Amino acid sequence: MQAIDQKLLRDFKRLWVQAVAIALVLACGVAILLTSVGMYNALSETRLAYYERNRFADVFAETTRAPLSLLPEIAQIDGVQSIEARISGFAILDIPGRTRTAVGHILSYPETAEPVLNVPLLLSGRFPDPASTDEVVVNAPFAQEHGFAPGDTFSANLEGQKRELVIVGTVLSPEFIYTIGPGALMPDNAAFGIIWMSERAAAAAFDMTGAFNNITLSLTAGFRPEPVIDALDTLLEPFGGRRAYDRATQVSDAFLDAEINQLKGMAAILPPIFFGISGFLVSMVMSRIITLERSEIGLLKAIGYSNTEICLHYLMLAGLIAVVGVGLGWIAGTALAQSTARQYAEFFDFPYVIFRVSYWVYAAAGLAGIATTSLGAAQAAMKAARLAPAVAMQPPAPPRFKRSLIDDAMARMRLAQSTVMILRSLLRWPLRSFLTSMGLALAVASVIAATFINDALDEIVERAFFQTNRQDAMLLFAEDVPEAVLEDVRNLPGVLQAESQQFHAAILRHGYLSKRSAVEARRAGTDLSRVLDSDGLPVDVPPGGIVLSDRLAAHLDVQPGEKIEVAFLTGKRETFDITVTELVGLHFGLGAYMDFEYMNALFRQAPRVSTVNVTLDENETDALHAVIKETPRITGIVEMNENRRSFQETIEENIVVMNSIYIAVAVLITIGVTYNAARIQLSERARELASLRILGFGRGEVSYILVGEMMLIALVAQPFGWAIGAYIAFLMSSNFTSDLYQIPLVLNPARFSFASLVVLGAALGSALIVRRRLDRLDLVAVMKTRE
Amino acid sequence: MADIIFRTEGITKVYETGEVKVYALAGVDLALYKSELTVLLGPSGSGKSTLLNILGGLDHATDGRVWFEDTELTDMSDRGLTKYRRDHVGFVFQFYNLVPSLTARENVQLVTDVAPDPMPAEEALDLVGLGKRMDHFPSEMSGGEQQRVAIARAIAKRPQILLCDEPTGALDSTTGVQVLEVLRDINERFGTTTVVITHNAEIQRMAHRVIFFQDGKISETRENKDRLAPSEIVW
Repeated sequence: MQAIDQKLLRDFKRLWVQAVAIALVLACGVAILLTSVGMYNALSETRLAYYERNRFADVFAETTRAPLSLLPEIAQIDGVQSIEARISGFAILDIPGRTRTAVGHILSYPETAEPVLNVPLLLSGRFPDPASTDEVVVNAPFAQEHGFAPGDTFSANLEGQKRELVIVGTVLSPEFIYTIGPGALMPDNAAFGIIWMSERAAAAAFDMTGAFNNITLSLTAGFRPEPVIDALDTLLEPFGGRRAYDRATQVSDAFLDAEINQLKGMAAILPPIFFGISGFLVSMVMSRIITLERSEIGLLKAIGYSNTEICLHYLMLAGLIAVVGVGLGWIAGTALAQSTARQYAEFFDFPYVIFRVSYWVYAAAGLAGIATTSLGAAQAAMKAARLAPAVAMQPPAPPRFKRSLIDDAMARMRLAQSTVMILRSLLRWPLRSFLTSMGLALAVASVIAATFINDALDEIVERAFFQTNRQDAMLLFAEDVPEAVLEDVRNLPGVLQAESQQFHAAILRHGYLSKRSAVEARRAGTDLSRVLDSDGLPVDVPPGGIVLSDRLAAHLDVQPGEKIEVAFLTGKRETFDITVTELVGLHFGLGAYMDFEYMNALFRQAPRVSTVNVTLDENETDALHAVIKETPRITGIVEMNENRRSFQETIEENIVVMNSIYIAVAVLITIGVTYNAARIQLSERARELASLRILGFGRGEVSYILVGEMMLIALVAQPFGWAIGAYIAFLMSSNFTSDLYQIPLVLNPARFSFASLVVLGAALGSALIVRRRLDRLDLVAVMKTRE
Repeated sequence: MADIIFRTEGITKVYETGEVKVYALAGVDLALYKSELTVLLGPSGSGKSTLLNILGGLDHATDGRVWFEDTELTDMSDRGLTKYRRDHVGFVFQFYNLVPSLTARENVQLVTDVAPDPMPAEEALDLVGLGKRMDHFPSEMSGGEQQRVAIARAIAKRPQILLCDEPTGALDSTTGVQVLEVLRDINERFGTTTVVITHNAEIQRMAHRVIFFQDGKISETRENKDRLAPSEIVW
């Protein structure tokens, strides 16, 4: 090994604490890049592969009942490659050993061959015998949740007929990567299962012999879905067709898509921040090293080392820091990717283990890390190369301080000399002070950005579960039933309060803009499921009008007072022009609301209900479930308490992990910035501070100068940190918002104080560590050194 | 007279600080000869170090011309000067300028790694009497030892010229004499042209020739008929 490389290694060893402090920040960037890009690729590539292999459809539609004879015509639609007609329905399930009901989504499995589209992937057992009427396969997560294996049985209430079904296999399907039951807000594999039964059995159960009520199409490559959807709608219209939709509206794909986009956003926003900070730290430390090693640089040049060799020498020092950072980042990123993968495995049902970060992502993250540190070191290394040897051998000229207006102000304030020293040093290197401050501001912002999600989710939970949806459960019916059912429901065991609600799928149009959404109708003064305005006050939709969520209104570019066209896809399937009377904020889904009486009047029908919202006496829950299992008209029950609990559990679990990571990151940034800045201060001022000690200043007084300056910089950083944190929160809230949900921008002063406390605490800690070095300063030695 | 190794014609060096111009060198004509041990003598600020820096290719003159043998250094590029230093010049400084993170041997290797025809680092250290302290770090050595490492580092490349800027300036008399012994030994053994800057008048007595500096100019040149051995010098 060459002597200059020995020097490199020894320099690195001497600087290791500073180097590691920087390397850790860099490692965060590398780890997050690795996780987000890796997961992004893994998710999107796996989705693509899974969709291709199992022939996930491109267009989906439901009808009330369409004859099979319609299929050749559908196949003729321009752009249609293949079609799969199915029978689909819902049933209340009675699972042995479970008092609560569960809901099953039943799909027919073709008799002759395997399905053309949305092919379920068999994980265990076999597919149902076409001739059998009681054999089914179920989705694997549902089976796993209940400990089902092939051969086990459960019963289902199929259109009023209670039937014992035998599980012969478990499957996964590309249609149900994210499985969420009707009306539910969170996946609950115990309460919702997908059940495939032979076509013959399904036809018999749902009275669909010679007919279908669910159709999926795949398109020829390059064909856009819109014209096909229009043509399909025209054909299905007479048979109660609800508007067909493409993958973007398919629930499972939409959730997956939202997640993939979030990863993309994370990869774009966070790593550059960490890389930027580590680049800045490297640049700060390298400039200082070069100042300190001035005479050594002069010497190397005097000996005959070329500018390039010297430049490379210092770049390699930065390179070593990068290597450590990248290495740590790879390790942390791999662990983080694995834990993220475990989280995905909980939410998404993929058949194969796909959460593998490919090598090129490691390589790219590593290169990005090395590039940023090199960039940070470049300026200092070039400066070293440019130092004229004769000049380098001389001690550097003392920094120039000039009197300014600020000095006069300080004089007038009669500040202590030590305070003047602090302020003058800040003003002497304003850019450095500013950048140091910005580094700490980013640490504050990182805590705010992480904890903001807490408040946002609290707000969502409060709004969605405690203000808007206050019912204990929703009872779902196969089709709308006369409102008289309310009396029957009130007589069910444990039901305390029951209110009616009607849902219709509709296409809302305003000019050329249109959006598919559910339109909900409820009676004025309803207490359990309410519409709230931005102040949280209940809104009663006036007859003759429609209230939209602000995101839906934004989609349609419509303001209150304007009319929109509402084309109902269910009920009488009529189209009306209705005035938008008000916009409301909503965190889940896209909402559209009408008055119950008004909607029934539009449809010229006696009041009908799609769901009944109830409050329950908890002691009688079991009895209620027992009755529901035997009540054919009820196809489902959504227990809001279960939803609340599972939502809160999930987010709490994720948030604890996420917050810990972000706070750790903020502390790392703070230590990286403060420790390095304080070390540099100490090395620049060792003579000055030692002189003060010789003059009779105490340790405390001298360290006040060092620690005081760092803490002043940290204090200045706070408002910037709050502003940047609020901005990142804003970015997150707008980027992570989709049709499915909206993250509200909640800025809570308590979180800002918390962020400041974390960062100021870490800054003080790091400054105090450096202070210990100050205490050990060898006064005589310092005064003797040449600089 | 022996061959000329360095020749300068009217070199000046001007430092401008704000509106003030300081003449570090104000027109110096000089010839130095092969294998000669020359002492440049003069008070601080008289221009000795500036001249040494220009001869050593560490700095450019503001005006005038400089030759090393037949090569003109005056307008040589940075790259050219780097090569010149690497191949021909050895430096010894007042404050040793050792790299604190490297041992004695490694400090010498800094040179032997890049020079075209170096002697082994161990041999160079043996020559200065430090064969047994090769693996010590600078902080573990006395000032005289450190300076001898610096000399070993300078001579390890077998330079044609050894430029020493106040080599004994930071040392006490006894250690200083030891260092001077080494310098004279090298000069005699290898015939290395040696230039020693000092403001210690006693040291002139070991030189072949003494050049006196005053206010950026040569004020006097004197040849020593009777040279003293360093051990005979006291201050």
